[in-house]
Amino acid sequence: MAVITYREALNEALAEEMERDPDVFLMGEEVGVYNGAYKVSKGLLERFGEMRVVDTPITELGFAGLGVGAAMTGIRPVIEFMTWNFAILAFDQIFNSAAKMRSMSSGQFKMPLTFRGPTGAALQLAAQHSQALESQVAHYPGVKVVVPGTPADAKGLLKAAIRDDDPVCVFEGEMLYNLKGEVPEDDDFIIPLGVADLKREGSDVSIITHGKMIHTALQAAAKLEKDGIQADVLDLRSLRPLDTDAILATVAKTNRVVLLEEGWPHGGITATVAALIQEEAFDMLDAPILRVTQADVPMPYAKALEKAVKPSVEMVIEKVNRVLYR
Amino acid sequence: MPETKTRKPDARAAQPQDGSAQEPARKKTDAERLEGFEREQLRKMMWDMLLARRFEEKAAESYALGKIGGFCHLYIGQEAVAVGAIHALRDDDYVMTAYREHVHAIQKGITANAVMAELYGRADGCSGGKGGSMHMFSAEHNYLGGHGIVGGQIPLALGVAWKIKYKKEDRVMQVYCGEAAVNQGAFHESLNMAALWKLPMVLIVENNRFGMGTAWERAASLYDIYQKATAYAMPSAVADGMDVLDCYRVAMEAHERARSGGGPTLIEARTYRYVGHSMSDPVSGVYRTKEDVEKERANDPITLFADLLSRNDILSQAELEEMDAEVKKISEESAEFAEKSPEPTLDHVYTDIYSTEDVNGRLYFDMRGER
Repeated sequence: MAVITYREALNEALAEEMERDPDVFLMGEEVGVYNGAYKVSKGLLERFGEMRVVDTPITELGFAGLGVGAAMTGIRPVIEFMTWNFAILAFDQIFNSAAKMRSMSSGQFKMPLTFRGPTGAALQLAAQHSQALESQVAHYPGVKVVVPGTPADAKGLLKAAIRDDDPVCVFEGEMLYNLKGEVPEDDDFIIPLGVADLKREGSDVSIITHGKMIHTALQAAAKLEKDGIQADVLDLRSLRPLDTDAILATVAKTNRVVLLEEGWPHGGITATVAALIQEEAFDMLDAPILRVTQADVPMPYAKALEKAVKPSVEMVIEKVNRVLYR
Repeated sequence: MPETKTRKPDARAAQPQDGSAQEPARKKTDAERLEGFEREQLRKMMWDMLLARRFEEKAAESYALGKIGGFCHLYIGQEAVAVGAIHALRDDDYVMTAYREHVHAIQKGITANAVMAELYGRADGCSGGKGGSMHMFSAEHNYLGGHGIVGGQIPLALGVAWKIKYKKEDRVMQVYCGEAAVNQGAFHESLNMAALWKLPMVLIVENNRFGMGTAWERAASLYDIYQKATAYAMPSAVADGMDVLDCYRVAMEAHERARSGGGPTLIEARTYRYVGHSMSDPVSGVYRTKEDVEKERANDPITLFADLLSRNDILSQAELEEMDAEVKKISEESAEFAEKSPEPTLDHVYTDIYSTEDVNGRLYFDMRGER
């Protein structure tokens, strides 16, 4: 195992898949000459040339649609959004075209297409640049959604996404690019889409989350351990497909659940998971399911306000104590 | 109605591709118009336009009987555009369009039976009954749909053109949109990239003068659509959308440019629809008068072409009537075929959403039991 950053893990995934399959190409704003806004594509233009690492104009709807058209006729685009916030301009093509092409044509056209970019709040980027949109995207049948929280998951999930014949949206953590971790050194290391990962084991309470928030959950779990509370931390990794078995298994083990996501509560993935648990495992619950999410407001700029709006370790601990009736 | 400074369409004749000429184009002689066409090809174009008309009339009838559901946009009046332009393509070239698409689908090679069955929502439809009037597809015929969001197909076509360049193929992507779509960002974003990267895309704007019920001059600051190409440094042309041969020639010139690495072309085909925006809409009313439509009937592309062929001894009146009987029969039979075709079975609800059903985790969230 090599210890590399999340950014390097994504870069390796791209390079290996482009090496493996000449039909894979990367397209987006600043991905080539500039080496990527977050340097994820560093060195790829030099290595693969300008037909395979393509700088676009600032035209999200246009190049997202280009990816869909290219995928439906047989090549495998990786479309980078500088952030998912900008991809809102491209949602027509993701939802109306990519998600529906196979269905509308009764399977005549496959869609081997990857959309990727950072999601979630960084620091004081204010309302338009701080959104965690993965729950919204996962709302649409026809797309798949993965949200890696570690370097190994970043590499394994991006490789799986590129090899998949469906449109996969990869939500990278904007604050995770410098995170280091162990990553297997195997060109065929992939993490199948739809498999959750138990990031920490415990028997008292389940914290179910994904993406950057797994680190908030793990910090909360470490503090709770000092109080004698052992938390299971389940990383969903994939929001669609969703690993129902893993969710039900942790609920069966602890009987108490706190759900955590970076985005808003209304229609968030935590709402879906809560519905799923009460529909399929109501009798296993010893307490109502509680959630920690971003406050249901657009992100404010001021430091103190931003801090208050974001989910925190303290909020998770508070909700855990409540489901434990402490 | 607000005053407008843009001019109304007075001439449909093709103009030089640099858009410079202001003097009215001289009317071409019959010999000039027919030059270079084989007799059989001309007769086939006539046959195709007639089938297009009769098929759509049959679709209207079936819609009125409640056999076709949803939205249903007919092509009556515009036949010369798709028939002419698709005649100028090879089989392995691609076609994509918006939702007024039954004729494009048939012209690209899908049978009338499969198109009608799709309109009826049946298993033998070209999209297996999942697409309907606005979402016809045929991978076999390189017919890429059938798209329902105004302008949304243009970036997709850009991607297909990108694929052609990426794979170094000798093919053309021919994509259509209505005139109202050129106000969408998707149109402008796509033109920019197509021209920037010299992609083999030919965009044919079917200007039927009304975006649903809004006259073009009420929706555009610049009347002449072909001029928009200059903003992206790409060639453009006007085609007489009521003249199948002009549509053929203008498209062919653009296809040759695309094949030779000359990049994209914007074609404005000036045409007219004789029917309402969709089957749910009136032919005339607040946005145009009955008399307007009647006046335009004088330019019916089928009558004009039939007259041309007749006076040049290519197709007699008797042969035309024989042809008409043939295509009427095909249209009738397509409805009979559709009627007999089974409805898709309910086990198709969850098929062809994803590439494989053998996945980890749950793909669907409707809690309708194990899958």
